[in-house]
Amino acid sequence: MSIPLSWFLILSAALFSIGFFGVLARKNAIAILLGIELMLNAVNINLVAFWRYLDPAKMAGQVFAIIVFAVAAAEVAVGLALIVSVYRRRQTVVADEVDLMKW
Amino acid sequence: MTPDQIIFILTAALIISSALMVVTTRNLIHAALWLVAALFGVAILYAVLNAGFFVVVQVVVYIGAIAILFIFAVMLTRREMRDRGPQLRKNWWLAALLGMLAFSGLAFLLINQADINRSAAVIPAGLDTLGALGAALVSPDLYLLPFEVASILLLAALIGAVYLAATRK
Repeated sequence: MSIPLSWFLILSAALFSIGFFGVLARKNAIAILLGIELMLNAVNINLVAFWRYLDPAKMAGQVFAIIVFAVAAAEVAVGLALIVSVYRRRQTVVADEVDLMKW
Repeated sequence: MTPDQIIFILTAALIISSALMVVTTRNLIHAALWLVAALFGVAILYAVLNAGFFVVVQVVVYIGAIAILFIFAVMLTRREMRDRGPQLRKNWWLAALLGMLAFSGLAFLLINQADINRSAAVIPAGLDTLGALGAALVSPDLYLLPFEVASILLLAALIGAVYLAATRK
């Protein structure tokens, strides 16, 4: 494989920044979660690329990426349940309008 | 330019353009479908990186479960989705500025690292990466504890999601 490691890292930095923009700029809470998914995927690309480029016999990078998968699944399940629950009570999914605890 | 470099560049273009569509498109169902395209591109990258298990997990868990969950959530909150008004906050340009700042900062840090252009390590002949991963996950000397913590986290998330989303009569 003749791809330099830096290509993967730069791509992952770009994907992370796009997700970051989505989290900051979107109004809809579901769209914010979509941005978080992009950021988690960028992290996973990094982890698997480091596993492949540094020492494929050690599994640390892959194990870490699997933990990220599990955390992403848990985060989406709880996050979407919260959003559906908020929608049921307040009839909104716009993050700015969920301001009951905002002083 | 070698074939795998061409594959990488095409995949990178797919990932970046779909990710941009995810964060900018107005219709949220379309955003979720663009997310599926971006996740699929990441699965191709895992294949380029010889991580076959991750290709399968990416397609089954991310595309098969997480993206579909997003589409369900968008449909359940349908009334709000009728694209009233802009989908981006008023000060989105500030977010774009911060995103570009984050990217340029990361890129600056990366290209100044020594040995950043190293080529891939040689996978030892006869190394069964999937078997080694499975053994690492259940061996007490390696990653048994994080594995169990992750399963407790998943159980807690499962119970929490059911509790939060259940309708109380």
